[in-house]
Amino acid sequence: MLTQQDYTSTYKPTWCPGCGNFGIHPATKKALAELNLPPHRVAMTFGIGCSSNGANFFKLYAFHSIHGRSLPVAVGIKLSNHDLTVIADAGDGDAYGEGVSHFVHTARGNIDITYLVHDNRLYSLTKGQMSPTSMKGMKTMSTPFGSLNEPFNPLAAAIINGATFVAQGFSGDINHLSGLIKQAIMHKGFALINILQVCTTFNKVNTFQWYKERIYKLEDAGHDAANYGKALAAAIKNHDKIPIGVLYQTSRPSYHQQLDQLREKPLVKQSAEEIDVNKSFDSYR
Amino acid sequence: MVTNNFNWKIGGEAGYGILSAGAMFSRAMLRLGLYVFDYSEYPSLIRGGHNTYEVSISDQKVYSQRRPINLLIALNQETIDLHRGELSNDAVVIYNSNLAKVDESTWPSSAVLLGMPLEDMAVQAGSEKVARNVVALGASFALLNAPFEYLRDVIELNFKLKNKEENIIKSNITAAHLGYDYVTKNFKKDFLYDIKPQKNPGRMIMAGNTAIVLGAIQAGCKFLSAYPMTPASSILHVMAAKSKEYNLVVKHVEDEISAINAAIGASYTGVRAMTATSGGGFALMTEAWGMAAMVEVPLVAVEAMRTGPSSGMPTWGGQEDLKFVLSASHGEFPRFVIAPGDVEQCYELIQHAFNLADKYQTPVMFITNKYLASTHKWVEEQDLKKVPVDRGQIVNEQDLVSIKFKRYEDTPSGVSPRSLPGMKGGEHIANSDEHNELGFSEEGAEERTRMMDKRFRKEEAARKEIPDPVVEGDKNADITLISWGSTRGPILEAMKELKKQGKKVNFLQIIYISPFPVQKVKEVFKKAKKIAVVENNKTGQLAGWMREQTGLSPDYKILKYDGRPFFVSELIETIKGLK
Repeated sequence: MLTQQDYTSTYKPTWCPGCGNFGIHPATKKALAELNLPPHRVAMTFGIGCSSNGANFFKLYAFHSIHGRSLPVAVGIKLSNHDLTVIADAGDGDAYGEGVSHFVHTARGNIDITYLVHDNRLYSLTKGQMSPTSMKGMKTMSTPFGSLNEPFNPLAAAIINGATFVAQGFSGDINHLSGLIKQAIMHKGFALINILQVCTTFNKVNTFQWYKERIYKLEDAGHDAANYGKALAAAIKNHDKIPIGVLYQTSRPSYHQQLDQLREKPLVKQSAEEIDVNKSFDSYR
Repeated sequence: MVTNNFNWKIGGEAGYGILSAGAMFSRAMLRLGLYVFDYSEYPSLIRGGHNTYEVSISDQKVYSQRRPINLLIALNQETIDLHRGELSNDAVVIYNSNLAKVDESTWPSSAVLLGMPLEDMAVQAGSEKVARNVVALGASFALLNAPFEYLRDVIELNFKLKNKEENIIKSNITAAHLGYDYVTKNFKKDFLYDIKPQKNPGRMIMAGNTAIVLGAIQAGCKFLSAYPMTPASSILHVMAAKSKEYNLVVKHVEDEISAINAAIGASYTGVRAMTATSGGGFALMTEAWGMAAMVEVPLVAVEAMRTGPSSGMPTWGGQEDLKFVLSASHGEFPRFVIAPGDVEQCYELIQHAFNLADKYQTPVMFITNKYLASTHKWVEEQDLKKVPVDRGQIVNEQDLVSIKFKRYEDTPSGVSPRSLPGMKGGEHIANSDEHNELGFSEEGAEERTRMMDKRFRKEEAARKEIPDPVVEGDKNADITLISWGSTRGPILEAMKELKKQGKKVNFLQIIYISPFPVQKVKEVFKKAKKIAVVENNKTGQLAGWMREQTGLSPDYKILKYDGRPFFVSELIETIKGLK
C-alpha cells in the first residue's frame, strides 16, 4: 500500500506558514496513493512560482520548467509516453498569464493531462503583484491604485474551449480536493482543477475566512456536471457564491487515443532500430 | 550544338503554377539522366507578386544555380522586363502572347523571341488558362528536342500526387502536347541547346528540408512539434505526411514556445525529439533553449534562416543568425551548432546532431537557410550516409536498484547518467533552477560553480570527437575561402570555373561552428597565402566568431546581404578581383 510518504522527497518545504500549498500537496499525494500509482509511473511538470518550487518536495519524475510552460512540457511527455500519469502543476500567473495560450489549446486537444492550478489570485514569489485572477480594484504592488482588469475566468474558459473535466477545489479542504484530483487523474482527457488557495503573506483580501463565507459544494447543490449549459452557468457565477466540486465532465477521445501511431504502444516504446528510410527514396526519383 | 548543359527559367505571377512547373521540369530532366539544381524566388504572397523558378541542367555535377539563362519562359510581361538581362546571346524567350507584347523590331538583345498564345492553347486542350505553364513545358521540350514521354510522366505524377481527376491529368498532357507541336511546327530557327537522354542511374532530387526530415527519421527521431514559418515549414509538412508510415508524432502546436517546450518534454521521456523554425520563431524559443541546457535534456532544433531583422524579407534567405544562435538564451552554457552546406550534409549531419544531443544531453542547433531549405539538388543514394545511433548514457532500470542514482552526477566527462520516466528508482527533478547532483534546487556558491564546471566539461569532451573541417581544392592555392552553410554550392561551382581559368583556390567549410575546430583553423591560417571569408550577411559573423575563437582574421570578407544567394559569376569576379 502506498502512502503520502512515498511521494515525498527529502527536501524541506520553503513555503510561508499557513500557505495554501500545505493543503494542496498532501491532497495530491493522497490522491496518488489512493489510486496506487507508483511514483516512477508519475510525471509531474511545474512552472515557476511558489507552487512550482514544490517540484523539490515531490519524489516522482518531476520537471521544474520555466514560467508558463508546465503544460507544453507535459504535452510532450504525455504524447511520447501515454502510459505515464501526467500532471501539470502551475500557479495562476503561470497558467492564465504567461501560459494562457497553452491552457486554451491543450484543452482543445483534450490531451490526457491533469492540470492543477494553484490560484491564490496574486503573484507571490515576486512579492505580491496582480495576477490574471485578481479581483477588479485589488490593490497590489503593481496596481497600487487598484487593478482595472476584470478577473480571468478559468473555469468558463476551460469549458468553452473543449476541456472535458473542469473542477474547482479549495486548499483549505484537503479531503474534498484530494477526491477531485483522483477523479481528474482517472478522467481520460484534459482535466482542469482550479484550486482556490490562500496566500497568508500577500493576499489580505481573499483570506481563508473570505473563502469560507462564499464557498459551496456543487454536489450539495445538486449540480449536474454532465449538463454543458449548467456547467457554464456555474462557472460564470464564480463571485459572491463560489462553487467547488466538478463543474463539468464529458467524454471525448483524448488526443493520443486518436493517433493510429500510438494505438499499439507508446511512442517511447517503439523501436528506433528497424528504421530504413530508403524505402521513401523512390518518391524523389 | 551544346548538349545536356543549359539553364532554364520560368517566371510569372504568383498563382500561375511557377513552382509546380519548375518542379516538373526539374524532375523530367533528372529522369533524363542529367544533374539538376533548381532555385526559386517568390514574395510572401499567395496571389500576385512575381515568382520565378530556374533550373540548371548538366551532364556534370552541378552545385548551384547558374547564369546566363538559355531558355526563358515568360508567362507574363514582367518576366521579360525583369529577366532580359540574365539571358545568353543565343537564348530563346518563349513568351505568353496572350498577356505579354514584345516589339521584336526594337528588342535590343540577340536572344530569339517566340510568342505563343499559351492561354488559348491551354483552353484549346480542354483545360483552363492556368495550364499555360504546362503548355510552356511542352514547348520547352520541343525546343530542346527532348523526348516528350518524360514530360508526360512527370505531369501525370504531379497531378496524381495532388489527387486530381483523370480528365484533368489528360487535359494537361494534351496542353503540353499542343505546346510541343506548336514549337515543332512554327519554330524554324536554330536553338543551340539540346537534350540527349542519358542512362538514368536512379538519382534523386531533394530539398534540404526533405533531407533533414529523412535523416531525422533515420536517426530514430519520433517527435516533432513545430509552428509554421518560412522557410522551415516544409519540415513540418514532410514529416507530418510521413507520420503514419514511420509511427511519428508530429504536432503543429499553438506557438513556437509550445513547440520547443513540448519537444523538450518528449525528449525527457526518452524519445528523440526535434523542433524546426526560422529566426523569428527561434527568438521565441530562446528561453526554453537555455532550459534544455540546464535540465540537460537532449534536443535538436533546426533554424532555417531568412532575411531579418524582424519580419525582414520572409521568403528570402541569408546567413544573419549565426551569432544569434551562438548566444541565444540568457546565461552561459555549452553551445552545439552545426551548419550543413548541402542536401547530403543535411541528411548525414542531422543524424550526428541527434547523437551529439544524446551523448552530451544538450540542445543542438542545426542552422540552415532558405537557400538550403528549399532549393532542390540532385542526390545519389550512396551519398546519403547512415550514421549509427548513439543514445548516450541512459541507465538500465535494473541497475537503479543497486545504486544511489544522481541525475546530475559530477563526472569527469561532465555527462551524467540519465534515467527515463517510468524507471523505478530513477525518480528525480529535472530542474531549470540551479541544482545539486540530485536535482534539488541549490544556490550555494560552491555547488553553483561545480555544476557550471560540470556542464562546461561536456563542451571540451565534445570538441575532441568532432571531426575537423576539410580543405577542398588546390593544396597550393593562392586564395583560401572559408565559409559555412549554403554558400558551399556556389563556392564549389565557382571553383570549377576558376580552375579552368588557372586560378588556384581552395575552400574550408566550417561545419561544426561550436565547439569550434580551433586547432584546425589555426593550421589553415598558417598554411594559406590569403584568406577570404564568404558569407551571406552584412557583418561577417563567422569571421567574428573565428576571431573570438582563434584570434585570427581573414584578409578579405566577401559579403552579400540582399536576400539572394551568391551567384557563381559574381563570386568568380569578386575572387579574381581580390588584390
